[in-house]
Amino acid sequence: MLSEKSNRAPFGLKIAAAAGLAFMHLPILLIFLYAFTTEEKSYQFPPPGLTTQWFTTAWGRPDVWAALTLSVKVASIATAAALVLGTLCAAAVSQTRFFGRETISLLVILPIALPGIITGIALRSAFSIAEIPFSFWTIVLGHATFCIVVVYNNAVARFRRISGSLIEASMDLGADGFQTFRYVILPNIGTALLAGGMLAFALSFDEVIVTTFTAGQQSTLPIWMLEELIRPRQRPVTNVVAMVVVIVTFLPILGAYYLTRDGDQIAGAGK
Amino acid sequence: MTTAVLFDNVSRHFGAVRAVDRVDLEIAEGEFFAMLGPSGSGKTTCLRLMAGFEQPTGGHIEIFGETAEGVPPYRRSVNTVFQDYALFPHLSILENVAYGLMVKGVGREERRKAAEDALAMVKLPGYGGRRPGQLSGGQRQRVALARALVNKPKVLLLDEPLGALDLKLREQMQEELKSLQKSLGITFVFVTHDQGEALSMADRLAVFNEGRIQQLGTPEEVYTRPKTRFVADFVGSSNVLTAKLCRTLGLNASFASLRPEAVAIAPPMNGALSLSGTVASRSFLGATNRIVVEVEGARIAVASPATRGAPAIGSPVTLSFAAHDLHPMEDA
Repeated sequence: MLSEKSNRAPFGLKIAAAAGLAFMHLPILLIFLYAFTTEEKSYQFPPPGLTTQWFTTAWGRPDVWAALTLSVKVASIATAAALVLGTLCAAAVSQTRFFGRETISLLVILPIALPGIITGIALRSAFSIAEIPFSFWTIVLGHATFCIVVVYNNAVARFRRISGSLIEASMDLGADGFQTFRYVILPNIGTALLAGGMLAFALSFDEVIVTTFTAGQQSTLPIWMLEELIRPRQRPVTNVVAMVVVIVTFLPILGAYYLTRDGDQIAGAGK
Repeated sequence: MTTAVLFDNVSRHFGAVRAVDRVDLEIAEGEFFAMLGPSGSGKTTCLRLMAGFEQPTGGHIEIFGETAEGVPPYRRSVNTVFQDYALFPHLSILENVAYGLMVKGVGREERRKAAEDALAMVKLPGYGGRRPGQLSGGQRQRVALARALVNKPKVLLLDEPLGALDLKLREQMQEELKSLQKSLGITFVFVTHDQGEALSMADRLAVFNEGRIQQLGTPEEVYTRPKTRFVADFVGSSNVLTAKLCRTLGLNASFASLRPEAVAIAPPMNGALSLSGTVASRSFLGATNRIVVEVEGARIAVASPATRGAPAIGSPVTLSFAAHDLHPMEDA
């Protein structure tokens, strides 16, 4: 009887929870709504009329396409680099013992704990000392610093669950290092890498702070949106793009959530 | 007779720790060889040196006449049954067993057939479609065995393969392993800390302590004539007689071993040796009584058939045993 009672939340708590969720998600719906408004200079509520013309306008604007292409390219390359480096780092930290292992583990995770503005300023001054001109690659470099952490964190957790004797068993049965990676390690960490990669892509795709310090004159999609909000012309185009960003980042994160959840069952049995 | 595994003065040091220290070993082809010792005695490191997971810091290893130093595990004609079985959790049982053939490039149909034959050999036919997580410990152990044997290794290494099984299953697997080894004729090298297992299964065994081989011989030799105090203590439960007792018996040695079952509580007959003492404790073990007798300050355990009954605690008794059951030992 006691447990029955404690399983039922009081009505007030339910209201509070609903209100909290509504507070987090209603503004996003508002953004979607303004993508269809007929008023282009300021956001009026309720919208004076509804139209889909901004979708056509957005489709036809080259600056939207330039920003979108840049963001996708940066996110893809930063994620790819993070997948390789993050996996290697996770393998080293979890499968071997060496002097300074804990320190390296901490240093790898640090960039995500640091405020983005610190990372941004640090990278900017480093680039200027090294006289590296701002380019596509400086953005990629900036994004890779935090993308690696996400991949590393996912991979290291999975690596720790792979019993060391699995790798020895593979070698013992005649598989060289490459075959062991291909047939034993990769299948066991695959979903963790996919999840880490998706999160890394989503993080890179909407990153603003580090990008403003490392991009120079180029605009990634989020920076383009910031600039666009200041201008009073064709405002709902920004909302159309915002909708696209929400969808593009939400799907991978949802995917990552489901993949890591299944991964627990797949890689759980070490013996 | 061909030598399967040869260790010539092999050492493996980890910093200051001498895990394996100047070990000489010669294992014959087709032999069931056990390496027995407490944990940290170097027996598992020796096995890993044979498998190629460790490289010696000194000495020379040969496997069927070929130098083994520097040869990686995947180029050695040995296979290992791991203590935790190390089955691949993401593969089916059949894929696990066929793994060695798959990485060697054997065709799909051929390796499926070989894997199914191997599973039948370890009495798990039709289990190929399952996952390792769906099998019991004993079944996983058989799969690990099949996975190693399907590659037709020249030497099969077994690292405490029965350690995780319960007693009943362990006894059954001991017999099966033994008969499998006989029928296949493959050299088995078996690591265990269980002296009963080593004695009952091995053709010959090496007793390890602190990285060195204390004694190497047939189970009977090691059991009845332990060379050192350590072997006497570790293999079974021999009485270790001190120099004082040795002198009483007219034996010039600093230590001697005497098996509890070689001692009788009876007056000596035709030339047998004897000692007198008082009964300190007794316990009923089923087939035998374990009676501890105090003799000149030392304690001697006697395994006496339960049918003879046990004398009361504190009563004076005479112990008798044949002179050839008393074995002088090195002081170690």
